Amino acid sequence: MFEATARNRRNQSVEGGFRLLFLWMTCMLILPVVLILGVLIYRGGPAISYEFLLTPPTDGMTAGGILPALIGTVWLVVVALLASVPVGVAAALYLSEYAPDNRLTRAINLAIINLAGVPSIVHALFGVGAFVIFFRFGTSILAASLTLAIMTLPVVIVSTRESLQTVPRAFREACWNMGATRWQTIRKVVLPNSISGILTGVILEVSRTAGETAPIMFTGAVFFSPFLPQSVLDQTMAMSLHLFVIQTQVPNVPEHVPFGVALVLISMVLAMNGLSIAFRVYLRGRKKW
Amino acid sequence: MVAGQDQAAAAPAIDVADLAIRYGGQLALAGVTLQVPRNEIFGIIGPANSGKTSFLRAVNRMDLLTPGMTVEGSVSVEGKEVRSWRNAYALRRRIGVVFPLPVGLPMTIYENVALSARLRGTRNRSDLDVIVERCLRRAALWDEVKDRLDSLGSLLSGGQQQRLTIARALSQDPSILLLDEFSIAVDPVTTMRIEEVLAELRAEMTIVMVTNLVQQARRLASQTAFFLTGELVEVGETETLFEGGARDERTTAYLEGKFG
Repeated sequence: MFEATARNRRNQSVEGGFRLLFLWMTCMLILPVVLILGVLIYRGGPAISYEFLLTPPTDGMTAGGILPALIGTVWLVVVALLASVPVGVAAALYLSEYAPDNRLTRAINLAIINLAGVPSIVHALFGVGAFVIFFRFGTSILAASLTLAIMTLPVVIVSTRESLQTVPRAFREACWNMGATRWQTIRKVVLPNSISGILTGVILEVSRTAGETAPIMFTGAVFFSPFLPQSVLDQTMAMSLHLFVIQTQVPNVPEHVPFGVALVLISMVLAMNGLSIAFRVYLRGRKKW
Repeated sequence: MVAGQDQAAAAPAIDVADLAIRYGGQLALAGVTLQVPRNEIFGIIGPANSGKTSFLRAVNRMDLLTPGMTVEGSVSVEGKEVRSWRNAYALRRRIGVVFPLPVGLPMTIYENVALSARLRGTRNRSDLDVIVERCLRRAALWDEVKDRLDSLGSLLSGGQQQRLTIARALSQDPSILLLDEFSIAVDPVTTMRIEEVLAELRAEMTIVMVTNLVQQARRLASQTAFFLTGELVEVGETETLFEGGARDERTTAYLEGKFG
């Protein structure tokens, strides 16, 4: 009575087939990660040394280290973070907690989506026009970081808004019903319970700017500079541009050096991601509902 | 001036005339006219989707915070039209609300109850201690949580969380308490304890209790209103309605459990 019909058997084998297909596709994801890291460690590993990390390039960038580029990238990322986080978080708070569903809000949402779709080289040209020329920042860390900040703003807004939305509406309603204003509700209930998601999202997104090349090459990053930047108005070397330069513009660079630069760059990004994930795991353990 | 105050003191706790509520143009409740006398428990019964919760939301002006919700007609709280309150936050502070599903805010038990006072600017720890203990005692929760005030409110059991939300509502020092199907997620024993608490609170405040348990309304409410599919069918003395004295046959049918 309960014997499988031909149709049941066919459904079961089709089910198994699709499961395998999806599993296989998912495993394919791991392949590029393993290959990239493997090749970089194998070929760039020998280049890594204290000297490589702690001295400037010498001999027409064919020898020496990467210190100015390393420090420059840290400057660029930190200043970009300082610019994009306050604006992005404030905008996300408005959109998530205050904005009525009207034409202005829809226009803003559309603008955010479009801003996210602008190619980075176009952001670079915008940065040149706006920050380098119009605001007279010159080619500087400030101009480059602001360009990066504008580029990351949409993702900061979107990830922050998603974190805010994870706080149940019932919590907000309970607070409003006690006579709390929207701002009191945000401060007492919404932010304390979403700050972990906001921070991890922001770190994750901004760490990606460390690898951006196009937006900074016209606005603040230079081909070569033996000096470390002293202020945000200085020009600076940067890891991503340095990699591009020694790979394509400088003759006779030892083969392991570009791989070493790439390895250091990807290690920086992965370290930030790791930090963000660890932070998220830690805070999720303390989740309160 | 004095006469005006007397008048305000004599006014019913809630006075509603020709109330209509819409969500984005969709009518949710219409033609409601009723008075809730002071220091009484006023029951609102009716099946799901009959506009009971919307009624409560109109009283404390949640329409301001609900996209698409519009309120027509007049709603007065203690003789004053709610839309003429200088600010809605002051109005909401006088009205405690308890939701169907307990909402323990993700903070400690102590902070849950101290929040309202903190919002009003009370910082003194000993003042807060007094408020927290008094409200938890009145909500019949103190004995169960007094040793763990610093643990999370959201980790309490459902029944305890519901009493916590009552304690939180009481910490507002409200003159009106709105209860929206408070026993829906609470076991019967806890429900009875909360009902005892409500009977005591009646001396100090007006309680509007939305419930889908008609016997609960019978046990507690002195007057009961019957809402059905967005209209007020009738409002009357609870005992009269239950003794078969309802004017509308739909009320009698609902009370006898023939639908809903």
